[in-house]
Amino acid sequence: MPDTTDTPAPEEPHAGSGHATGGARGEPVSLDAPQFAVAARHPRRAEGAAAVSFFLSFLSFAAFGAAYWQAAPNDVLGISLGVGFAAFGVALVTWGKYLMPRGPFEEPRPQMATTPQERAEFVGDFASRGKVAIERRGALAKLMGAAGAVLGIVALFPLVRSLGPKPNGSMYHTKWRKGSRLTSIDGRAVALDDIEVGGIITVFPENDVGGALSQTVLIRVQQTGDVVTGPGKETWGPHGYLAFSKVCTHAGCPVGLYQELTHQLLCPCHQSLFDVDTGATPVFGPAPRPLPQLPLYVDSKGYLRAQAGFDEPIGPGFWYRGGSNGSPQ
Amino acid sequence: MIDKLFGWVDDRLALSRSGRHLINKIFPDHWSFMIGEIALYSFIVLLLTGVFLTLYFVPSGSDVVYHGVYAPLRGQRISEAYNSTVNLSFQVRGGLLMRQMHHWAANIFVGSIVVHMLRVFFTGAFRRPREANWMIGTTLLILAIFNGFLGYSLPDDLISGTGIRIAFSITESIPFVGTYLGFFLFGGQYPGTAIIPRFFILHVLVLPLVILGLLAGHLGMLVKHKHAQFPGRGARNDNVVGSPLWPTYAAKAGGFFFLTTGVTALLGAAVQINPIWQYGQYYPYKVSYAVQPDWYMGFLDGALRVMPAWELHLPGHMIPNVFFPAILLPGITFTLLMLYPFIEAKLTGDVAEHHLLDRPRDRPVRTAFGVATFAFYFVLFGASATDVLANYLSLTLNFVLWAFRIMAIVVPFIVFAVTYKLCKELQQTPSAGKRQQFNLILRSADGGYTTVPAEQYPGYDQPELAPVDVEKVELTADAAQQDGDEGVYEIPRRYR
Repeated sequence: MPDTTDTPAPEEPHAGSGHATGGARGEPVSLDAPQFAVAARHPRRAEGAAAVSFFLSFLSFAAFGAAYWQAAPNDVLGISLGVGFAAFGVALVTWGKYLMPRGPFEEPRPQMATTPQERAEFVGDFASRGKVAIERRGALAKLMGAAGAVLGIVALFPLVRSLGPKPNGSMYHTKWRKGSRLTSIDGRAVALDDIEVGGIITVFPENDVGGALSQTVLIRVQQTGDVVTGPGKETWGPHGYLAFSKVCTHAGCPVGLYQELTHQLLCPCHQSLFDVDTGATPVFGPAPRPLPQLPLYVDSKGYLRAQAGFDEPIGPGFWYRGGSNGSPQ
Repeated sequence: MIDKLFGWVDDRLALSRSGRHLINKIFPDHWSFMIGEIALYSFIVLLLTGVFLTLYFVPSGSDVVYHGVYAPLRGQRISEAYNSTVNLSFQVRGGLLMRQMHHWAANIFVGSIVVHMLRVFFTGAFRRPREANWMIGTTLLILAIFNGFLGYSLPDDLISGTGIRIAFSITESIPFVGTYLGFFLFGGQYPGTAIIPRFFILHVLVLPLVILGLLAGHLGMLVKHKHAQFPGRGARNDNVVGSPLWPTYAAKAGGFFFLTTGVTALLGAAVQINPIWQYGQYYPYKVSYAVQPDWYMGFLDGALRVMPAWELHLPGHMIPNVFFPAILLPGITFTLLMLYPFIEAKLTGDVAEHHLLDRPRDRPVRTAFGVATFAFYFVLFGASATDVLANYLSLTLNFVLWAFRIMAIVVPFIVFAVTYKLCKELQQTPSAGKRQQFNLILRSADGGYTTVPAEQYPGYDQPELAPVDVEKVELTADAAQQDGDEGVYEIPRRYR
């Protein structure tokens, strides 16, 4: 049983009208009221705990200083600083929670809504002065409005004209052209025998190595013969080579993972899966369109080149990507 | 000396008048009111550690060759942003700690905002007169998420670069203006030339300023309205019951700030976060496996994954796939969130001022709706790990994806029904969650036993007291004499 000798009898928690001490609402309260007693059952213990905690924080902050001076590793720095802050916080919270008046206290709260009279006075003042100062100067008000409106429109110019170029045609083309050499990231032109069956590398046109939009995956799916992925693409895959835009048609990530056994390309961002043999058509995940295919040929010296650029915009969709081949109408 | 200085200032600014009001402000003593404070304190930690980081971070995409102490990167061509982030992590004293604290504080910031918002939602604290403050809070959540994204995009590492690429795709998916927006934001076709300096200035100046301004409004309204409170202990609609700002809450809340900072520092010390030197420099043609954004972007990533492969084709135009999960879904979500106080008032017809909070079970429809909505986003959050889960559970990706697609639709309904039922059941047990009075078994002198309920609640040797008006405290002659300084209240000896 807790010791109850010094505390008044318990009260109903929901008794709104009866106050234990201090009389009725609004009357003065003496500091002798039990609400001013400290909250702790054993104030000495709470004080001791807070003192220990402050001392610990004192030591930790000192340790942090020493650690910083000696260029200690991250964990020593952080633990000394963290323990210092945390102990300081524990001490302060202990102080506030256990060694201060336990309450409860209250303060009155006015209703937020104003009275009709308050509102009428405010609106009246505002409107009557406005009448004198503004309504009689209608032309001035209109001119001010016109000048402000022009400023508002003009202020948009730097936003729309300086931040960046207009898209124009750049959404529809990459740097791949007729005759572009397939070039690896280290700048070497890719020759016919560079990749074995099942191999994959990322290639660029020779004038845009590393380009974010012209990045293309080159896959060798078989040793010989043209790979045909669809009608009209009979000559696009010479000697077992296929090339597709590496920019995912879903959200633009590089489609970087090739599963050799199933001939599938996987985008690691949202797991769209493309079937290489049928022209990188999406077979799984959120990608809505195939990866555009780059038509290839082998030149007289045995290097791989592009027959033309991509025949549709690469990458994710956008508002102006209309029509069957994606060109603007 | 201090008296004189205070007198001088007081004569010119009338501090005593407003100051008395301020130190008497009452804070309700309930733990759930501290969650919002965590958000505030982690924002302060963000500002302090962030200033440190700006001293060393170079917001530039230009090429440099790495010559620092981290051997695996030596000799590589990397961007200044990446270079300076690696250098401030390894070569600036305390740099890694500040960076990790900053990143942890950002996660805690958004997390505590979300939990704070759940508290406000489920207890009905958003009702009149606090609707506008709810909207400010929602805006702060959106800005916190945006600024978190901008922040972790700055180091130009492989994972954040992939995130920026997705952000460009999402921007250009917006009908009519998307492509233009993307070009203006990035300074041209992806990857553009300007993204790191622009993200930087948005991250360290523009958004923090907006957040600070809204925060001032949020707290200003809080002072104006005063705290909402749970019923009980004499709490009514026209008062606030709790402890005063001075000295109790100054100590409690001040201490809580140091605790939050301390925990952040310990996390920054002991739990590695975003080790960008392991990811490597971002190149547009490189990608890593199992790429995930920070947790607060998880629901977006999950939504992108579970969205079926649909696009809307219009004559000459299209609405791309990513528009639906990444623009439309958050757009609808945050609009509904903003307008929720008005929607509920409309549906219930309750437009009165409320300062007393609800117990969630007493509002079963709101509670069930809230939990169901949260469950939907939690499923989307889980869906951002489809590939990791498939790997870990040895299931096919196909199975996991379809499981999440179905769960995203089914789970909210189940959760709604279960929560509604639970609320109704809890309403039938009015004493649930309350401390029970215990019984005393007494033996009388002649050996008879009687059972009487004890007056005290177990572990509660102090009785419930009625609140006293903090402004009506009268100094007793004793106390005033003992202290010899009028205006300071003295705790009588027997309570010390």
